[in-house]
Amino acid sequence: MSQILDWISQPWPWYVAGPLIAAVMFSMLFFGKSFGLSSNLRTMCSILGAGKSCDFFDFNWRDQMWNLVFAAGLVLGGLISYLYLGNDQAAHISEATIAELKAFGIENPGKDVVPKEIFNWESLLTIKGIIFIVVGGFLVGFGTRYAGGCTSGHAISGLSDLQPASLLAVVGFFIGGLIMTYFILPYLLVL
Amino acid sequence: MKFFRYLFIGTIFGITLAKAEVISWFRIYEMFKFQSFHMYGVIGSAVVVGIIVIQLIKRNKLKSIDGERIIIAPKQFSWARYLIGGSIFGLGWAMTGACPGPMFILLGNGVGVILVVIASAVLGTYVYGKIRHKLPH
Repeated sequence: MSQILDWISQPWPWYVAGPLIAAVMFSMLFFGKSFGLSSNLRTMCSILGAGKSCDFFDFNWRDQMWNLVFAAGLVLGGLISYLYLGNDQAAHISEATIAELKAFGIENPGKDVVPKEIFNWESLLTIKGIIFIVVGGFLVGFGTRYAGGCTSGHAISGLSDLQPASLLAVVGFFIGGLIMTYFILPYLLVL
Repeated sequence: MKFFRYLFIGTIFGITLAKAEVISWFRIYEMFKFQSFHMYGVIGSAVVVGIIVIQLIKRNKLKSIDGERIIIAPKQFSWARYLIGGSIFGLGWAMTGACPGPMFILLGNGVGVILVVIASAVLGTYVYGKIRHKLPH
């Protein structure tokens, strides 16, 4: 048993994670649901009463309870992984990435799951923190609804279904991601 | 209770992405810099298996547990919606290093401030809902 736990506590390779993600998608489809996390953001708006002033959020959020429970599972999964499946949150990123991020002032790139210099509560009192945390989150929430899906909905489900719309969405994801990473992050990271 | 199945699958998904480092801000940065195959391997192998699974579902007309044919909702094609919306999402994804799924997992993984990211994302979704009539779709 402890051997299995040790083995699971190692970082998982891509060829294990990828097929598992496909299995998660299949399981959701088997249970008559879809695989897509971003609609939970819309449901949360509805729960908070946005449906009263906006027809986009005017639906019975209780019909989406299954997806909220799924999201709760994600939180639980993160917790279980953190508590029981190995304390090493480090990401085994490339030397090139490490060197580059060090040059931008990040002390131990890859050691934690996020750059703690930027993603911490005190950071919210700084412009840099507000940009990364608030503006970043806002763009994700706005963009994902505008595009009608995020990575799970488009990159996994949509591409698996060979839908051209999802391919275009993924192209869009990358256009935005590349512009940010190559042209904007170099300035934001050294704020 | 019937919801337990979704909690269970979600937990498996959360553990998978956490252990495979998909929730790492650094892995996303690395992905956009093309400095490793890892993330492409994760998404790529998920899609390859996913395509096979969906093809099997379609050819065998497989049904879900409630007896309905399994389908993934077809999305109507549009240049503006997916390119613009997708790009906006991509900008945010590269900043936060997290898309919606990983945001929830990071919360469980102990990154408390991700709650603000999630709240902000909900706000972003709300603003979209309010102004969508003015946007090209």
